[in-house]
Amino acid sequence: MTTTAGAGPPPSLRSRRGAPRRELARWGLGVLGIIVLASLWELYKLLGPSDGLVLADARVLPRTSDLAMPHIWDMLARLSEPVTRADGSRPLWLEVAIAATATLGIAAAGWVVGLVVGVGLALVMQRWRLAEWGLLPWIVLSQTIPLIAFAPVVRSWGARVEIGSFEWQDWMSVALIASYLAFFPVAVGTLKGLQSPDVIHVELMRTYAVGWWKTLLRLRLPAAVPYLLPALRLAAANAVIGAIVAEVSTGLQGGIGRILIQYAGQASGDPSKAWGPIFGAIVLGLAAAGSIAVLGSVLRNYRRVEVDA
Amino acid sequence: MTHSTRRRATISAIGITAALALSACSSTSEEPTDSGDGGDGGGALTPVSLQLQWLPQGQFAGYFAAQEQGFFEEEGLEVEIIPSGGDIVPQDALANGDVDYAIAWVPKVLGSIEAGADITNIAQIFQRSGTLQVAWADSGIESIKDFEGKTIGSWGFGNEWEIFAAMAENGVDASTVEIITQDFNMNAFLSGDIDAAQAMTYNEYAQLFETPNPETGELYTPDDFNVIDYNETGGSMLQDAIWADAERIADDEEYQQTTVAFLKAVIKGWVYARDNPEEASEITLNAGSGWGPSHELWMVNETNKLIWPSPNGIGIIDEEEWNSTVALSLATVNETGAQIITEEPPATAWSNEWIQQALDQLTEEGVDVTGEGFEPIEVELNEGGN
Repeated sequence: MTTTAGAGPPPSLRSRRGAPRRELARWGLGVLGIIVLASLWELYKLLGPSDGLVLADARVLPRTSDLAMPHIWDMLARLSEPVTRADGSRPLWLEVAIAATATLGIAAAGWVVGLVVGVGLALVMQRWRLAEWGLLPWIVLSQTIPLIAFAPVVRSWGARVEIGSFEWQDWMSVALIASYLAFFPVAVGTLKGLQSPDVIHVELMRTYAVGWWKTLLRLRLPAAVPYLLPALRLAAANAVIGAIVAEVSTGLQGGIGRILIQYAGQASGDPSKAWGPIFGAIVLGLAAAGSIAVLGSVLRNYRRVEVDA
Repeated sequence: MTHSTRRRATISAIGITAALALSACSSTSEEPTDSGDGGDGGGALTPVSLQLQWLPQGQFAGYFAAQEQGFFEEEGLEVEIIPSGGDIVPQDALANGDVDYAIAWVPKVLGSIEAGADITNIAQIFQRSGTLQVAWADSGIESIKDFEGKTIGSWGFGNEWEIFAAMAENGVDASTVEIITQDFNMNAFLSGDIDAAQAMTYNEYAQLFETPNPETGELYTPDDFNVIDYNETGGSMLQDAIWADAERIADDEEYQQTTVAFLKAVIKGWVYARDNPEEASEITLNAGSGWGPSHELWMVNETNKLIWPSPNGIGIIDEEEWNSTVALSLATVNETGAQIITEEPPATAWSNEWIQQALDQLTEEGVDVTGEGFEPIEVELNEGGN
């Protein structure tokens, strides 16, 4: 019962029952990592060659000018200042936070659609071997289409969708593109998970004369959880990236992709400002991946079952 | 027992996650709608969509002014102004039937027309080219002839054509020139990676004066740069024009009427931006432009300079200018050996019929559509455009 046949060993799982002190140490390490990164930035800015380093026409080291690498404290200070000098202008951090929330919402919608489609495809492929042979190559192939070719087409099609009172919104195009990136790891991961139970277990089910549905519910789905969780985390990161890129690509207003290019255009006169949305995008990615950790702790029992088995 | 409670908790947790995700989306979906509200102006309004070629900014002030001031409504139209991101090509969106009208540069569209897009230039809003090439004052680059052996910046995607056209006009050997793709900002130029950078009068050129000189701590001034204006190089091409569906405008009477009404409102919008640059700048900021107020005002003011005065009336396509752009598009070859077009565009590629109708009606109403007495304002730029 400790080895699995054919499908490879289950992903190793660490015990989650860490002492509070260990929890504290983990947070401490995280903060330390950020401090180290910030110090490296400033250290390089202080000591690095002011014109960077170019080897054989390729830039290997960046310039250290304030234009290319603003000081950490300048970037942080900029976050607390208003976006522009206009009356009623919000502080930059708030503007970034609002945009990030909007993008997170779109990415979450894309993630949910990706989850449903991915799991659906995995179920179909697990049920019928023929479907796996027929679908899997296409699923892999789907990820080779560049987003910049894909985004205008999605928006163009979306503009024509109008069913009754339902009208396609621009953010839905972005969510769809996000889901397009998100469904892939879910489909592949879930399929692997559904196929992971030992043959001996499957045969046990068969001796009980249990049907496919019940086998799925009692055996395959619980067994798929350890495979599903990393896939979902990957899908969350993909959905965020897809949403940001699609926002830039289709020119959607209100999200972080839009202010990312808007502020990049202002980086000559206001170099620190352009970093605001970049930090926002990082926090966004962490939040998306972190929410999967929450989901993981909800499903922890299934994960432990897998290990104990 | 424990299994079933656990499972119930799991299912409800997933449900909550999904609900949160969906509610987050519904809140974002409300945002875009408030840009399109215009109150009810009585009778049914004809829905019209206009595709811009970039994000909302002063370059498009006239359209946003027409929206905000209710000029579209007065003409019985409900207009949706659609910004473009990096990958939405306005003329493609128009040719695909996604939108009713589009704003795009003439040479870029000529290429699309040759590739099969059936669209018509119905109004040449910008009468002049707004493209500059900017070099440092001490660089020795004072004219196109000085480009030889230098690194020249361009944004690519069809923005390089004026550079190659001007070089061909001035007998510059283009093979000695290195074209470098520029970013959205002037950092590559300021850092010295580019000898002469492409800049629009209304945007990137202003960015230079919003940037402090690290040596003095003061903002850069025009004395720090040499500026080459493409209008004076023989290589300038027509820029922002309004394009319509050629097939529909040929025999769809409703579309023809809508077009004239649309053009009338657009002209009124640009007249408003000409006479009230501060308010127009405010309007574009409210429409979602992300620039600082001083940069935005500069942009509206410089855009006005590209439009006004319009001796023949705003939007009229000057046949001579059109032919010159076509001739340059036929002759110009870029660094990859590509040409914009290889044969003359069809006669349907432009028409003054609709803009003339709009101008006539507005002149009757007493609107000044030529702007003979136009005087630009003075705009002071602040650091970072704020």
